[in-house]
Amino acid sequence: MSQVTRRQFGKLIVAAGATTLAGCNVASKGAAVGGVSSGKVVVVGGGFGGATAAKYLKMMDSNLEVTLIEPNRTFYTCPFSNLVIGGVKQMGDIAHSYDKLQSMYGVKVIHARASKVEAGVVVLEDGSRIPYDRAVVSPGIDVRYDKMPGHSQAIEENMPHAWKAGGQTVRLRNQLQAMPDGGTVIICPPDNPFRCPPGPYERASMIAHYLTQNKPKSKVLILDMKEKFSKQPLFTDGWNLHYREMIEWRQGSAGGKVLQVDAKNMQVETEFGWEQGDVINFIPAQWAGKIARDSGLTNEAGWCPVDQVTFESQKLRGVHVIGDASIAGAMPKSGFSANSQAKVCAAAIVSMMKGEQPVSPSFANTCYSLVTPNYSISVAAVYRYTEGKISGVAGAGGVSPKDADAAARAQEAVYAQGWYDSITQDMFA
Amino acid sequence: MKLLKKHLLSALILGSGMLVATAAQAEDKRGMVLALSCASCHGTNGNSPGSIPAIAGKSANYIESAMKQFRDGARYATVMNRIAKGYTDEEIKLLAGYLGNSKK
Repeated sequence: MSQVTRRQFGKLIVAAGATTLAGCNVASKGAAVGGVSSGKVVVVGGGFGGATAAKYLKMMDSNLEVTLIEPNRTFYTCPFSNLVIGGVKQMGDIAHSYDKLQSMYGVKVIHARASKVEAGVVVLEDGSRIPYDRAVVSPGIDVRYDKMPGHSQAIEENMPHAWKAGGQTVRLRNQLQAMPDGGTVIICPPDNPFRCPPGPYERASMIAHYLTQNKPKSKVLILDMKEKFSKQPLFTDGWNLHYREMIEWRQGSAGGKVLQVDAKNMQVETEFGWEQGDVINFIPAQWAGKIARDSGLTNEAGWCPVDQVTFESQKLRGVHVIGDASIAGAMPKSGFSANSQAKVCAAAIVSMMKGEQPVSPSFANTCYSLVTPNYSISVAAVYRYTEGKISGVAGAGGVSPKDADAAARAQEAVYAQGWYDSITQDMFA
Repeated sequence: MKLLKKHLLSALILGSGMLVATAAQAEDKRGMVLALSCASCHGTNGNSPGSIPAIAGKSANYIESAMKQFRDGARYATVMNRIAKGYTDEEIKLLAGYLGNSKK
């Protein structure tokens, strides 16, 4: 089809769309500035899922009234926060503002904390009520304080998890800078499922990168609840190549499984005994963010079951849950997944509000992990909706080749930065 | 009578036009949903701000052949070879058609 004919069709589509809006859209309430409102969507949470959803909802239907509710004025990305911990990046490099969502896309941004999502209305902490025709809830994860003896919010002063980027990222960085050469850094990754499966191992890499240059007699000990981890053979090769004996990984059944933590004495107990650390990064078990749990959107495990085409909650109609909080079939809990889900969800919402059938979705995920600043490995996957759930497309995706040369690893490190630049633009600019 | 005929004719033209438009719209929507994932690495509408090659400004034909070359191993890639294997010929045509027409 030539471009000219396509544009002519485009005009017809616009005409047809306007008829639908004026005549049939029952969800429409009130008028938006500069046109007939095609409805109100409230997005709760401005991370990889929420910011993307808000932007794309307005891109796909500028007559939608889109409100984004996010307590923080600055968003620090979890991706690349390991590079801050390793001293390769500064906090300013991973900071993003919501200004352009407002000025360029017409999203109304309210910097407040939402406390509950009810049918047709989002309630803010100050008691104000924001009505919606459809809501998107993208609260990310909260860490759990009820799963590990000795663990509580109070110990995060001594043992920061830094699994949400921000103050704890800086604290962990400062602790590494303060520790003596010859000291031990202990990282305790949680059991599945958790946010960013390769994250703890990239973190170990970035910490080893810092220690190699500044405190070369030190050690990184990973005490893992699990028997294996994401991109394991590639990480192991990268560690052997760049850090030799500095990183030790212990699997769950070989003394990795943590039984309790003791923040006062800076030690953790495993089935094989106590381990002392100068810095201990205990990454706790997780569940969906508080608002999802308080709004009845979660199952007994603390995650949100959703329709795998539209991401509409199976617990509360009219509410869509995306990102780490949702149960999205085979997709991992990652910023990329949340971004990919947000766009599919936005398209579905626009269709549903026009009374049209949502298109069968397609998703992707590509995840880069830096072993050194110039040596990166990746895993990729393509997902489709098949037989009621989101599944990986067989034969597609997979990890970087095991035998790739240094140039290919370096190229992937360049692309890791390129990915970061693109996805943060896709969210915020 | 003449007037009525004219009205009937225009109604007929409009009607068939709408049908074709609806089919094109459905195709475009599928192309869009397939292409949404591309933006996570290549930027919104393919306008990459960094080291990853931009898709914006490339023709539908170029995108279609590049995807097939990546998929079939005819062109070197670090990750696109793995990703392109997840798409059928029809899907590649749809997403290339959508991206090839998206504005810079």
